[in-house]
Amino acid sequence: MIEFFTNTNLGIVLLILGQCLLILIPLLVALAFLMYADRKVWAAVQMRKGPNVVGVFGLLQSFADFIKYIVKEVVVPAGADKAVFFLAPMISFTLAVVAWSVIPFNDGWILADINVAVLFIFAVSSLEVYGVIMGGWASNSKYPFLGSLRSAAQMISYEVSLGLIIIGVIITTGSLNFGDIVAAQSGDLGLLNWYFIPHFPMMILFFISALAETNRPPFDLPEAESELVAGYQVEYSSTPFLLFMIGELLAVVLMCALVSLLFLGGWLSPVPFLPDGIGWLILKMAFAFFLFAMVKAITPRYRYDQLMRVGWKIFLPLSLFWVVLVSFLAKFEVFGGFWARWAVGG
Amino acid sequence: MTPIVIAFYAFAITTIGGGLMTVLARNPVHSVLWLILAFLSSAGLFVLLGAEFVAMLLIIVYVGAVAVLFLFVVMMLDVDFAELKAEMARYMPLALLIGVILLMQLALAFGFWDYSDGFEGRLAQPILDVENTKQLGLVIYDDYFLIFQLSGLILLVAMIGAIVLTLRHRTDVKRQNVMVQMSRDPAKAMELKDVKSGQGL
Repeated sequence: MIEFFTNTNLGIVLLILGQCLLILIPLLVALAFLMYADRKVWAAVQMRKGPNVVGVFGLLQSFADFIKYIVKEVVVPAGADKAVFFLAPMISFTLAVVAWSVIPFNDGWILADINVAVLFIFAVSSLEVYGVIMGGWASNSKYPFLGSLRSAAQMISYEVSLGLIIIGVIITTGSLNFGDIVAAQSGDLGLLNWYFIPHFPMMILFFISALAETNRPPFDLPEAESELVAGYQVEYSSTPFLLFMIGELLAVVLMCALVSLLFLGGWLSPVPFLPDGIGWLILKMAFAFFLFAMVKAITPRYRYDQLMRVGWKIFLPLSLFWVVLVSFLAKFEVFGGFWARWAVGG
Repeated sequence: MTPIVIAFYAFAITTIGGGLMTVLARNPVHSVLWLILAFLSSAGLFVLLGAEFVAMLLIIVYVGAVAVLFLFVVMMLDVDFAELKAEMARYMPLALLIGVILLMQLALAFGFWDYSDGFEGRLAQPILDVENTKQLGLVIYDDYFLIFQLSGLILLVAMIGAIVLTLRHRTDVKRQNVMVQMSRDPAKAMELKDVKSGQGL
């Protein structure tokens, strides 16, 4: 039986398919509850009750929404480029899912253990901008087009600083593999070994850039309800809209996973005497998601020129300077190789 | 057929198909999208060659940055296609001439193609245990460090040149000064006046 799955072509294909489903299904179910949690946190900050009708405490609200989106009519605007119009939401959903193939959930629990995992994530997130541009252009309407232009410029700008921040972590680890990055954060001191201490300023920059990259408030300019109605997704309804929304939220959760893996030690236990495991990663991701939800609730929206200025004039120089600084600290093994984990353990 | 062979043919066919459609598509935006497909599938070919670092760079640089700029420009430009089509007829003979010359050159090159002695040993380099990100880093930063730095310098000069050529200070526009904006306060920015009825300021 095991022979069939490891030796024959059909077996390998079936095995990979099974692994994909094993990641995808829990992820999508978790997403439903995360969306619920997001709305609940938002409501709690604004002293509302939030969704509380469908199911116990409104727990099934996301599933009700899901069914609602599916059964509604798909409206295609007149003059829309049909092929591109439907391709756009599919691209943004597919890419958001594809990125999860290189995310490890525990030591060795990974679908594709490739050497360039960090670059792969980066490549996929740089492709995500196409869903936005294509959606805005194909709608053949002013507001979506303006929204998509804003969004594309924003995503490209913040990708640069995200990349530079990750380079600092890569220099410290000496590898592009997530397994190695997490392994380099292990040690006798528990959470004091994690990268959030040596890379502390960059963790905050990463979090803010992640907000901008995923178009979350306070940087949700492409959607800016009060100015652009809903940006590039104005003309979308029903399932295509649902795909956009799932893609967007999956990207947010992916950023939570990245923060946990790169800076918070992934599946490592914060205290030395407790065992490591997937539970820690889930806990850290939930914490990061809570921060995302809180930021959405408590910050006002940035103006577009402010957003661009922060991205290009503050984040980019800071992260570039940090790369140079980390290279220096790693090369000369300052503080006993605190920034040079490849020299010490990993 | 092993999965790798199937993958190769899938990527090869989409690369060539994407390239063809880039030229043939009537809508310029569709053209750029087909071009992106061609880039992506050639990245797949690089992965099959075992050059995953180059593949990822191809996606990040060409698809993630260069093609987005293409798409922007093409979407924003108001291109009149009827006019373009009319222009095309004028340049057709020249284009055909260039095409024929290129084809003949290629035919000549491949017609006299000959392998040197012992080429078999050099055809497929063995993939070492070292991952190719590290190999590339070692080659660039150890063996060809000076050349690499020089090419970077040339790019920097080109970039500065482009900025210098296009930089101009317009005096007829209001410039935004962030520090001035942030240091404004109501006492300095506002003035209260008593307006008598029927007079105005």
